[in-house]
Amino acid sequence: MKYMMLIYSDESIWTDSERNKCMAESVELCHQLNAEGKYLSASPLHYVETATSVRVRDGKALVTDGPFAETREQLGGYYLVDAANLDEAIDIASRIPGARMGTVEIRPIFELDNLPLSTK
Amino acid sequence: MQQQIEDIYRQESRRVFATLVRLLRDFDLAEDALQEAFTAAMQQWPQDGLPHNPRAWLVSAARFKAIDRLRKESRLDSLEDLKQEPIAPPEKEQEVIVDDQLRLIFTCCHPALAPDLQIALTLREICGLTTEAIASAFLITPTTMAQRLVRGKAKIRNAGIPYEVPGQRHLAERLKAVLTVIYLVFNEGYHASSGAHLDRPDLAQEAIRLGRLLLELLPHAEIRGLLALMLLHHARRATRTSADGDLLLLEEQDRSLWDREQILEGQQLLESALITRQFGAFSVQAAIAAVHAEAPTAEATDWPQILALYDVLMRLSPSPVVELNRAVAVAMRDGPQAGLELVNGLLGRGDLQQYHLAHAAKADLLRRLQQYSAAKTAYQDALRLAQQDVDKRFLQKRLQEVDAHLSAR
Repeated sequence: MKYMMLIYSDESIWTDSERNKCMAESVELCHQLNAEGKYLSASPLHYVETATSVRVRDGKALVTDGPFAETREQLGGYYLVDAANLDEAIDIASRIPGARMGTVEIRPIFELDNLPLSTK
Repeated sequence: MQQQIEDIYRQESRRVFATLVRLLRDFDLAEDALQEAFTAAMQQWPQDGLPHNPRAWLVSAARFKAIDRLRKESRLDSLEDLKQEPIAPPEKEQEVIVDDQLRLIFTCCHPALAPDLQIALTLREICGLTTEAIASAFLITPTTMAQRLVRGKAKIRNAGIPYEVPGQRHLAERLKAVLTVIYLVFNEGYHASSGAHLDRPDLAQEAIRLGRLLLELLPHAEIRGLLALMLLHHARRATRTSADGDLLLLEEQDRSLWDREQILEGQQLLESALITRQFGAFSVQAAIAAVHAEAPTAEATDWPQILALYDVLMRLSPSPVVELNRAVAVAMRDGPQAGLELVNGLLGRGDLQQYHLAHAAKADLLRRLQQYSAAKTAYQDALRLAQQDVDKRFLQKRLQEVDAHLSAR
């Protein structure tokens, strides 16, 4: 099964060195997961202040600054993994460095079989 | 024959179900196939005689029913998988059945499911209680409970909650969750949180049955401890209310009516748990219950021993409720004033402000100190928070006694 892991934390509590360390450890984890055949993709995200929200109402796109909801914790990055079941996904999530400062939300991927294969 | 089939249904249906969930990997498909297999048994067994191994017959019949259904619904992917899954060879049968039941318990008590849902799924899928019965225990409508169960089963399927006994690394923690669910089922049965009756004996018995089953499957010290705890409490069930259904406190109960057989079994289980030195909070709670069970009269209760056990419990699993019980034990050993100071300290911290038993304990200590006016206020606080008719009647009776003292002055 495929699982999306969304990493939420309070952006303001990270120091630069914590952030750099987390990034390095995350890259290492991705290589480990890849060697285990569980890695699909992963990436950190820029600060939430770079977020733009779009909603279409009555056919018109409404563009606003910021994330959809003002919360104490922001989405800071994601992993997309292939795991046998939820227990294996939980094991992977507990290895994600961001889990030590924030929360990892595990969401099973709803698979569709009629999507295009990306060529990029 | 009819009666025989019904007995087999009662004994075997949830075991067959557990195996079917593994084979079919779908709770609803397994439930439907199980019902169809029993319908077939009702028709065939009276004519052909009872099969040599009814359980194996039922598993096999249910599997054919499920394959038929998948074929009709053209769910061919599932069908391919299904044909490859082996049924257990006869010599391994007992082992596989045990494993399947364990799988079902751990799946229903998976931490990714909300605690209320874990209890509901356990009662429905493992104990086989009807949705209506579970709904009435939770005080919600059967429709709402049915929806909750459907959502739970959908989460098990869609989130990929495994149908497995967790590996050694996770077993201790996951077992704790399972034991907690069983204890919550027991507690709801032993002292219903609301409603007209004090207990729901069916739930308490189901919890004890589950405890026995789990112990049969996994010889773990804390399972013995939990089973001992439930048995030692359950042994007192006949004496907990008066003939008019009023609550009787431990010191008012007729000890000659306690179920000695259950107490003995509880004591033996407890001893075998304590001897391993791998026991946890349930075993310590059972030890406290055992001290009460062993006292020939309320006055003869070994309070220093109980207090020592509460100290151990506070180290193993500290909580405000444990602290409250410890304070009551202190009051019994050192007098009401010492207990009152602890209870006031606890209430002052705010944790138990909404817990009626904290106010009831405070009221009782004040009453024993003859501070009737303060006791009255505390009883009123307790009464405001109590949700259970038997508890309310008890508090009202105490309130009247306190009032009588006040007006006699």
